[in-house]
Order: sequence, then structure tokens, then C-alpha cells
Amino acid sequence: DKLGIGRAALPEEVAAWDHDVRPDGLGLPEGSGDVLTGEELFSESCAVCHGEFAEGVDNWPELAGGLGTLDREDPVKTVGSFWPFLSTTWDYVHRSMPYGNAQSLSDDEVYAILAYILYSNDLVDDDFVLSKASFAEVELPNAGGFILDDRDSTELPVFIREPCMTDCKATVEITAHATVLDVTPNDTTDDGAAVAEVAEAVADATGDAPAPEAAAAEAAPEAVEPAVAAPVETAAADPELVAAGEKVFKKCAACHKVGDGAKNAVGPALNGIVGRPAGTVEGFKYSKPMLDAGAGGLVWTHDELSGYLADPKGYMPKNKMSFAGLKKDSDLEAVIAYLSTFGQ
Amino acid sequence: GPDPLITEVQPWAQGLGDGVDASPYGLPIRFEGDVVRRNVEWLTADTISSINFTPIHALDGTITPQGCGFERHHSGAIELSKDDYRLMINGLVDTPLVFTYADLERFPRETRTYFLECAANTGMEWAGSQLNGAQFTHGMIHNMEYTGVPLRLLLEEAGVKTEGKWVLAEGADASSNGRSIPLEKAMDDCLVAFKANGEALRKEHGYPVRLCVPGWEGNMWVKWLRRIEVGDQPWEQREETSKYTDTLADGTSRKWTWVMDAKSVVTSPSPQMPIKHGPGPLVITGLAWSGRGSITRVDVTVDGGKTWMPARLAAPGQDMAVSRFYFDHVWDGSEMLVQSRAIDSTGYVQPTKTELRDFRGLNSIYHNNCIQTWWVKANGEAENVEVS
Repeated sequence: DKLGIGRAALPEEVAAWDHDVRPDGLGLPEGSGDVLTGEELFSESCAVCHGEFAEGVDNWPELAGGLGTLDREDPVKTVGSFWPFLSTTWDYVHRSMPYGNAQSLSDDEVYAILAYILYSNDLVDDDFVLSKASFAEVELPNAGGFILDDRDSTELPVFIREPCMTDCKATVEITAHATVLDVTPNDTTDDGAAVAEVAEAVADATGDAPAPEAAAAEAAPEAVEPAVAAPVETAAADPELVAAGEKVFKKCAACHKVGDGAKNAVGPALNGIVGRPAGTVEGFKYSKPMLDAGAGGLVWTHDELSGYLADPKGYMPKNKMSFAGLKKDSDLEAVIAYLSTFGQ
Repeated sequence: GPDPLITEVQPWAQGLGDGVDASPYGLPIRFEGDVVRRNVEWLTADTISSINFTPIHALDGTITPQGCGFERHHSGAIELSKDDYRLMINGLVDTPLVFTYADLERFPRETRTYFLECAANTGMEWAGSQLNGAQFTHGMIHNMEYTGVPLRLLLEEAGVKTEGKWVLAEGADASSNGRSIPLEKAMDDCLVAFKANGEALRKEHGYPVRLCVPGWEGNMWVKWLRRIEVGDQPWEQREETSKYTDTLADGTSRKWTWVMDAKSVVTSPSPQMPIKHGPGPLVITGLAWSGRGSITRVDVTVDGGKTWMPARLAAPGQDMAVSRFYFDHVWDGSEMLVQSRAIDSTGYVQPTKTELRDFRGLNSIYHNNCIQTWWVKANGEAENVEVS
């Protein structure tokens, strides 16, 4: 029985609030946008958090890459590697982005930004135009990667049981300690370094700022490598300067690894970077400007590195590194001295 | 010798205290200043799209005071007044409707106590012991007494068409946090709540109106609820595809893992609550809850799970609400490996971390309801550990 409370919603009121878009395309407005327009819009409105190439900045989500990582440790979950439906991206960008200025993008702009996100994931070519009409043609790689909650049939038969009360196991050993990582806030035993290193691992693992996808404990030994690796001493290395540089390097460590076993991460591994031709670390996907510079003979000498690190975007426009730069000469000297201690 | 606190006249026994209205809305006395929400800075890029943790280690009973119930925002906690509040019901309904806040107060209402647990609670512990404190490992939960209108009544007022099978709940903030909910659940026990623990919701919990989805993951409890749409299919929005899906070891991901499994944790002793009194009588206490029903029993072990003993429930369990348990122990002063194990009205027994990993691997992020271990040392300090 109806109580007669409330009033009928007017059609224009429903239209003002009902923006949702479903996987079958229901709710999509007319419109279109191309990759190149999207690249400009992305650079203006999105890159501050997501990076020029949708690779993510700091703990902000990466939107591109990660294909084939879902069954590995710390999967990289992006629109390309993880999201099942393009409609979700349309809906979210249109409704909630840019962060702090939501619902400011026109429908065409949303189509264009999506076209660029698809391009940055190598899913479309640079002449691609996304429109209401072409929307249904795009299938994301992980569309088939989801199953419905199956706990009722898999887990409940095991976990609904008679609980053991006595002699449940013969021995008990401690197999892991929280204090090994020591990342608890307000813990006076923190040395800061551990927190920074785990933050880095989290940044690697996190597809979204809020979800606390935390670092694997197993990742810690690798992550703290820079602190424990014995530096390759060189005649010129001033121990104090190197120590200072190690601290400065924490600003870089979110993206760059250095030391024994260092691998490419958001940025290339930096062993032997001082004196190395630009754009030549094996396996790292460089920006075109960086590759061109290397082909043109750029070598990371002390002076070139110093110029680059002081102002990455000014030194080399459109390169991939989303870092504001080191403003103090003393920091530049220190971090270069520190990097000099790592050979190939 | 005699205690001067007893033998000497103390200032509070001689002079006068505060008058009434010294604090028109009372706050905890300054000695309780450490009983506060805390965040973990390195988890998130900023504090606006972020989470903090309820100080469960320092609370007792079952009700979480609103002022220390954890916060989770995707676009920050917005200010939305009752006067500016509108709730729209649209989609596959006979008559799309708009309600004001005052309208909601005219519907028959209910008062029920429910827990709200973030699906990511304990998520940092999947890969190993990581955070040292019950607040940080298990503090993405609160338990409040909600007052509001059954969602069913609002849907019936609009008249759900027969092809309607799902509802989309959406918030008024920039994130909107849309979630698809099966119509069956919406018509069963979902509550459009405007009061918690007897008073208005706090801003950070969705003032003036939030959705309660009892027993299901906290992300679905849309805050600043502004719209309910009825549809014939789910919407597959961001918070139900790219987030709040659980990736298994083989790379496939479970979706629609809405219900929160039975879970418990010892809140004291724990890393933030060391034993300071030495051997002798010791109260071991904690919380237990289940999204599938009520807590019927909690067991406690002090030897890492070789031997278990039933704890005492403070009150009979209520469906989808937190239970408090006590285990009155006599501590001999030696090391303990303290755990608790919840059992709910379906017979579900809280699993070990190893058992969960066997099903889900290490990358699930969400829905970690494993048994938690605190290693209590002879000096009374405790640490978050894992045991074989």
C-alpha cells in the first residue's frame, strides 16, 4: 500500500542525475573522440596523477600496462590488464574524474580520453576514434577474467565443520613477524627507510589510491636492497656525499631500483646509469624523446644527469619521468655520487 | 606505605568541577586522547581518497562511538545539509519519485544494530604479517545502531516493475560510489538510515542519509545516498569491477563477493594493548561478527591453536552485528600465541590464513577473514605474527 509520500520526479531531473552506463551500452550519449585529442586532454587533466603515459604517479593508479601480470605477485591492474568493461571506464571518467573537478568533461572529451587510454594500453592504433557507434567493437583483454562468487560451493563445504578443540597440531612455530617490515604508524622504532621502501612496493601494487593493497612481505628483502647492498667503492666517492645521496634517492625509489638484482619498475633500473648512453637499459619501454636522444648520442655524464634531474620536463619535453626535479645543487651532487657507486 | 591518593585530600575532592554546558556536546575526557582513528599514510596517495582505522583495541562492548568509527572516502567527506538533500528513485518503476529528508521521516522506520566492515579489512595481511596493532589489522569495522526506513518501503512507493531485478545505489559526492545490488537484497533488509547510535549520522559516515546493506561489504553502504535506480541487469561500475573483486592465484577474479565471512580478533591483549600487570588473572577479549547470521560461539587459544577453549559471549549474538567475547584466563607469565576463532549460526568456522591462501592465493586483497595471531611475550608486549 502506498503512503503517498514524495513527489513524481520530473524527466529533466531524472536526466540530470541518471548518467550511468551499462556494459551493453545503455546510457551512452551520442559523441566521439580520437586518440590525439584524447592525448592532449589527458595531459592537461589526468597526467598529474596518472602520468603522461597513463603509467601512474606515486600512489595514484596506473591506467595502462600490466597485461599478463594478474597471476603473478603484485599484479598490475589497469584498464588494459584488468577492467572487464569499457563502459565502466566511460561511466567513471564521465562521473567522477578529473579528481577534484568531477563532471567537468563533455561527452566528446570523455570519448577522446577513453580513446587515449585504449591507445596507451596498445589496444587501438593512433588513428582510432571512439564513438557511441564504435563502442561495442572494443573488447577489453580481461573481459573473460571474472567468475561469480563461488565461496558457497568451494569454501563453505570445508569451513562449515566441527571445530577441533584439543591436540589440533603437534607443534607451532612462528613463521612471520610484523616487526620485520616495521611499517606500523607511530612506531618509534621506525627508521623511516622501511616505510619509504614499502610505500614504493605499495605504489607498484596499487591500482587505486584507496584500496590497501599492501606490499608482500616477501618483497621486502628486495625492496630494501639499496640500503644493504655493498656499494662498489670508487676512488672519487666521498662517503658523506654518497650517504647523503642515498637519502635523496628515496625520492626516486618509488619508481627506480638500484643495487644487486635491481629490475625495471615504473622507471628503468639504474645500475651503471652514470656514463651510460640514454635510453639503453634493456627491457625498459622508453618514451620516444628518450630513445631519440640516446640515438643522437646523449650519454648520462655527471653534467647531463645534473641537468636532467634538475628539471626533467624542461630538459627533455614529453619524456616519461613524472618527477618535478631536484631543486638543490647539493641534492643533485649527492644523488649522482650515490648512483656512481653502482656499476653494471 | 599508605597511598597518598587515599590518605591525602585531593583537589578534585575539595574544589569544584566544571558546570553544566562546559561542553554542550561532550567529548571524551583528555585522558582518552589516544583513543582515536588513525590512518596509515603510506597506503594511499592522499587523505581525501583514503581510509583510517577504528581504535578497536581500546574499546569494549559492541557499539562503536561514531566519533571513532573508521572513515573511508573516495572523494572526501562532503557537507550536504538536510534541506539540500534529495533522494530519487527511478528506472524500472511505475512512478519515478523524489523524496526530501522530511519525507523520509514520515515512513515507518526501524532501529537495528549492524556491523559495517570494509572488504579490505585485514587486506594488508594476505602476504604476511605487516601491521602491528588490532586497530590497523582489523580496524576497518564499526558496529552501530541504525535508525532509518527500509529500502523496500521506498521501492514499493515507486512501484517496482516486474522486469526489475537489480538496484543501483549512488551517492551525492563526486565519486558517487555506484554499486549494483540484487533486488532481493534491496527488498529484504537494506535500510536507508539517517541516525546512528541515536543521533544524526556524522558527516564522514554520509550525513544526512546513507544506505545500510547488512552483512555485506562496506563499500556497498553508499554514503550521501542520492539515487536508487531499478534495472534488469547489473551496472558493473568501477567499485564492482576494477575494485572489490578478488583476484585468485590463477589470475581470474571473483566478482560479486558481497557477503562478509565470519571473523574475529582479540583486541586485548594486542600490540597496542600490552599486558602491564604481570602474571595472574587476565581478561582476553575481542570482537566477532558474521555477514551470514549471528555469532554463536568464539573459541580462544593461547598456544597458537593446539588447544582451544570456548570464550564467553557478552550477549547472545545478533544477525549481522558484532559480538563481544571474553576469556577469563590466569596467565602464568610465559609466552602466549593468542588467537580467537568465530563460529556463526550457519556452522561456519573461521579459517586459518593458510586455509584461506589455499583457496585464494596472495593477491585477493579483499575478504581476508583469517584467524589472527598475537605473540604475547613474557614481558607482556605483543606482536602480530603468523604461525605454522
